[in-house]
Amino acid sequence: MDRRSFLLSNIPSSSKVPALVVPAPPPNGRLGAYAGTWTENEVIHLLKRTLFGATKADIDYFKTRTFQQSVDEILNPTAPLPDPPVKEYATPVNATTPDTNISQGSSWALDPNTDGTVNSLRIASFKKWWMGVMINQERSIREKMTLFWHNHFSTETNVISNAQFVFKHHLLLRTYALGNFKALVRAVTIDPGMLVYLNGERNTKNAPDENYGRELQELFCCGKGPDSLYTEADVKAAAQVLTGWTNNADTISSSFDIKRHDTTNKQFSAFYNNTVIQGKNSATAGDEELDAFLDMIFSTQEVAKYVCRRLYRWFVYYDIDSTVEANIISPLADIMRNNNYEIQPVLNVLLKSEHFFDVLARGCQIKSPVDLTVNMCREFNVVFQPAGDYASNYGLYNYLVNSVANMQQDIGDPPDVSGWKAYYQAPQFYEMWINSDTLPKRNQFTDTMIQSGYTFNGKRMIVDGAAFAKTLSNPGDPNQLIDDILKIIFRIDISETSKTQVKTDILLGGQTTDYYWTDAWNTYISTPSNLSNTTIVTNRLRDLLKYFMDLAEYQLA
Amino acid sequence: MKRRDFLRRSVPAGVVLPSLISGFSIRAFGADSDIMKSLLLPVTETDHVFVIIQLSGGNDGLNMVVPIENFNSYVNARPNIFIPEKSLLPLNGKVGLHPAMTGLQSMYDKGELAVVNSVGYPQPSFSHFRATDIWMSASDSDKVVNSGWAGRYLNYEYPNFPNGYPNATMTDPLAIQIGSTASLTLQGPAVGMGMSISNTSNFYNLINGVEDPAPDTPAGKELTYIRLIAQQTQAYSTVIKAAANNTVQQVSYPIKNSLGDQLKIVARLIKGGLQTRIYMVNYGGFDTHSSQVDSMDTTKGNHATLLGNVSDAIKAFQDDLKFLGVADRVVGMTFSEFGRRIKSNGSDGTDHGSAAPLFVFGKNVIGGVLGDAPLLPTNATVDDNIPFQYDFRSVYSTILANWLCVNDLDLQQIMLKNFQLLPLVNAGGCKKAVNLSGDMLISNYPNPFTSSTVITFTTAGGHTLIQVIDTTGRVVVNLVDKEYTAGTYTVVFDGSPLATGVYYARLQNLARQQVRAMLKVR
Repeated sequence: MDRRSFLLSNIPSSSKVPALVVPAPPPNGRLGAYAGTWTENEVIHLLKRTLFGATKADIDYFKTRTFQQSVDEILNPTAPLPDPPVKEYATPVNATTPDTNISQGSSWALDPNTDGTVNSLRIASFKKWWMGVMINQERSIREKMTLFWHNHFSTETNVISNAQFVFKHHLLLRTYALGNFKALVRAVTIDPGMLVYLNGERNTKNAPDENYGRELQELFCCGKGPDSLYTEADVKAAAQVLTGWTNNADTISSSFDIKRHDTTNKQFSAFYNNTVIQGKNSATAGDEELDAFLDMIFSTQEVAKYVCRRLYRWFVYYDIDSTVEANIISPLADIMRNNNYEIQPVLNVLLKSEHFFDVLARGCQIKSPVDLTVNMCREFNVVFQPAGDYASNYGLYNYLVNSVANMQQDIGDPPDVSGWKAYYQAPQFYEMWINSDTLPKRNQFTDTMIQSGYTFNGKRMIVDGAAFAKTLSNPGDPNQLIDDILKIIFRIDISETSKTQVKTDILLGGQTTDYYWTDAWNTYISTPSNLSNTTIVTNRLRDLLKYFMDLAEYQLA
Repeated sequence: MKRRDFLRRSVPAGVVLPSLISGFSIRAFGADSDIMKSLLLPVTETDHVFVIIQLSGGNDGLNMVVPIENFNSYVNARPNIFIPEKSLLPLNGKVGLHPAMTGLQSMYDKGELAVVNSVGYPQPSFSHFRATDIWMSASDSDKVVNSGWAGRYLNYEYPNFPNGYPNATMTDPLAIQIGSTASLTLQGPAVGMGMSISNTSNFYNLINGVEDPAPDTPAGKELTYIRLIAQQTQAYSTVIKAAANNTVQQVSYPIKNSLGDQLKIVARLIKGGLQTRIYMVNYGGFDTHSSQVDSMDTTKGNHATLLGNVSDAIKAFQDDLKFLGVADRVVGMTFSEFGRRIKSNGSDGTDHGSAAPLFVFGKNVIGGVLGDAPLLPTNATVDDNIPFQYDFRSVYSTILANWLCVNDLDLQQIMLKNFQLLPLVNAGGCKKAVNLSGDMLISNYPNPFTSSTVITFTTAGGHTLIQVIDTTGRVVVNLVDKEYTAGTYTVVFDGSPLATGVYYARLQNLARQQVRAMLKVR
C-alpha cells in the first residue's frame, strides 16, 4: 500500500492517547567499553534487549561466561537457519491450482502457486512458523534483528499476496540479519516481494513509478533527519535508475528487462554531490546502474547516522537528544562507515558500551506485543509439542499470532511502509503500544495464558507456575521465590511493603508465618499425587504470576 | 414454569407481544437483543448485598463464644487461657460472648446477630491452606473443587460474564474483594468473577492514588505512563470512584482497625449505588499458637484485641448502614478456616482445631443463637476436637436461597449437593431473575440432563474448542476442536458414563471463553 494513501485513510485507534510529557534524562555514558560488574542484573538486561526475554537457563549460561564472551556469542549465531514453513493446512479443493503436490509436513516455500486461497493459507502458515521460530530461538540476536529488519524494510503480506515471495523476502532479512547493510539494501531493492510491495515491478521507462525510489531514500537509507537533503528530483532520478525490474511468480524470482529500462543519464542533486549516473543499455544495465546508485547513496554521511538511530531506538531507548546524537549516534555511524556498513561491528560496540549498560538505560523499553508474547512463552518455559507434531504447534502459534495482531503488531503486516509507529512516532514512540484498547488486551492475554491456557488439537499450552518455580533457587522460601521471579520478569523492583503484602495475601493465604508456604511446597515436591495440596500450590503460584503480569512493571523490558 | 423461562423459550425474533409490558411493543427485538433482555428482568429485582468477612488464621471460637453450660470442662481444658464466667457478655444463658465484643452483644440484643454454634464439616482439615480452600470452594473434605461457591453463584446469576460486560444492566463489578487479591471464593468455573485487583488499581490505590513510587529514570517515565493508562482503562474504575464519591458522610469507625477501614469502604460503595452483590474483606492474625491471652488477665491479649476489632468494626458498619439508609439491603457473615483445639497448649495459645461458631449479621437476619453449646469432654486431651453441628455449606445454601434468592435446582448446581437450610435469614422479598445481559456464547438443553444434552455454541469464526470440565477443573472431553466459520452450532454431549453431579461446558474461541454449568441427574 502506498504510505500516503494510508495516512489519508483511517487513523488507527492507537493514536488516540494523548502524549504524557514527563521529563526524564536519557541514559548517560558514551560508547567506551563497559567496565562495570557482570552480574545477573547485567546478564538479564543484555538478554531482554537482544533476545526475546531472559530465560533462567540463558541467565545461568551467561553467568558462567565473561561479559565479552557473552556479547560475542550473542552476536555470532552458529545455528543454521531454521527449516522453512511447512504445509499444515488442508488443500483447498476449489483452488484453480490446488497444491496436492505438497504433502502435509513438507515445505511449500519453493512451490510456485498463485491461487488466492492457497496463498492466504500459506501466508497464515508463514506467520505461525515465524512465531514458532521466535519462541524456539537460540542464544543469539538473530531473531531480534530479523524483526528489526522487518520493521525497517516494512512490507505487508496482504499487499504482496504471494506466499512464496513473502517467505523469500523474509529469508533475505534473516540471512542478512547481521550482515552488510549495503548488500542487504541491494538485495531488498530487487527482491520480488519488495518489487510488488513498492511497485518496482511496474516501474518502467514509459511509466515510471517513484514509490520505491522515494522510500529507499526516505525510509530505508537516508531518513528524514535535518541533514537529509535529497530532493524531489532525486526521487524521480532514483525511479529512473530502478526501471526495468520484473517478477516471475513461476520461478519465484525477479529479473531485469532492458526493454523497460530508462537508458538516459540520471542527474542527482547537490546532496549527492551532483552525481550523474550514466545510463546503460546492456542486459546488465540494471545491476550496473543500481551499484553506482547505491555507491552514491552510501557515500553520504546520512545513511550510517540514520541506521544507527534506528538501531539505537530498537536496542536502547527512543529519546535521542543532542548529547546522545553527539556521543553515541555520530561515533557509531563512523564505526559503521569505517566497517563498510557491516552491522555486526556496530552492534559489537553498542552492546559492549557503558552507555548500553547505564542504569538509566535499563528497563525503559515498553515491550512490543511480540516481545511480551514470546518473552512470556520463553521466560516461563511454556511447553509446546514435539517438532513432529507441527499441526498442533502451528495451531498454538496461530493463537499467539492472533494475539499479537490483536495487540496491534501483526507480524508480516505492519501498518504501512514506515513500520510500527513505536519506533518512529515522536514524541510517544514505545508508548504508542499502550493505550486504552491494547493494555486491557495485554492483561487479558496473560490472564488467559496463566489461567486456562489455550487448547488446540487437544494439546494445551499454558504458563505452568509450579514448573517455573521448580527452576528457581529456593521456591520453598516465599521471600526468595518472589525475589527470584521478579528478578527475571521485572526490571523495576517493587517495594518491600508490596512484596510482603503479596506474599501474605497470596502465598501465605493471609497467614504471617512463612512456614505454611514452605510446608505446602515441600509436600508438593515430595507427594505431587496429593491432589489437594498440589492444587493449593499451583493455584497460589497461578495467582501470584497473574498478579505480577497485571502490574505495569511487567510491560517494561 | 417461571415467567422469565416462558419468555425465553417462547419469544422468537420479530414476534409481537403488544401488551406484554405497559403496552410496549417489542416487535423486532429477538430474545438476544439488549432491550429484550432487560424487559425479561422482573420489575422488582432484589438489591441484596452479601458481605463475607474472612478471619484468617483459624479463629479460636471456643474463647469467642464460650459454653457456659459446660463451663467446668472448658476451664479444665484451658486452665491458662479460659475467660472467667463473670467476664462473659450474656447471650442466651447457654453461651457467653468474649468481653471484648460489646458491639456484637448490642447487635444481638437488637436481633441483628445470629450466632451459629459449631459450624464445620466431616473429616476436617487442620491445614490452613487446605481448610481455607474447602471453605472457599465449599467442597467435601476429600474432594478438590477448583472454583469458589460465590464464584459459582455469580456465574449462575450472570451466566454470560465476562463477555459483553460491563453493560447497560450491569455496569458494576459482580463482586469486590477489598485489600487483597481475588480469592478462591470468587473464582468461577473458568474465570474469576470478582474484580481483578492489581497493585495500581487496587482499592485503596484507586481511591487514594497510592502506589510504589516510580524512579526518576527513563524506565520510571514509561512506568508512569503505563500506570496512567491502566487507571484510565480499568474496566470499573470510573463507576467505583463515582460510587465512592457519592457517599459524602459516614459514621465514625474505630481507628487503627483495618477491618473497620475495609468495611467502611464497603458501606461507602453500597450507598454510592454499586449493584455489586458480593463483597469480601479479610482480617488476619488469628493463628494464635502462643500468647493468645495476657497471662495476667486472660480477657486481654492478642485474641482479645482481634475480637474487639472484629466486634467494633462490624458494629460501626451496621451503624453506618443504618445511617446511610441501606441496612435493609445488607447481610454479612464471618468465617475462619477452622476453630482451635479444645485443649490449650503450654504457651498460652491454642493449636489448629475444627468446628467453631460463626456470625451472620444484619437487619434482616433472624437473631439468636442457633444450636447447642459445644459439648466438651470432662478431661479434654490434645486429640479432642469440637464436633460440628452445622455444615458450613448449610449456611451458604441458606444465604443463597433466602437472601440471594436462588431457586432449589440452581442452588444444587451452585453448591454441588443439597444441604439443609437454616433459620438465619427471612426468605421474604425474594423476587429476581438472572441477569441475561452480555453475550451468550454457549448453552445446553435439557438441563438438568440424565444421559445426554445438546450444547449450542456461537463462534466468531476460527478455531473453536468446546470441552466439558468437571468441578476439579479436569477436562472430561474435548467435544469440538477445529476451525469454524462464524455462526451458531450444536454438539451433543453424551454424559451417560459419568457420575451424577455438576459439569461445565466451556467454549474457547480465540480470545473469548465462556462456561455453562450442567447438572447430570439420575
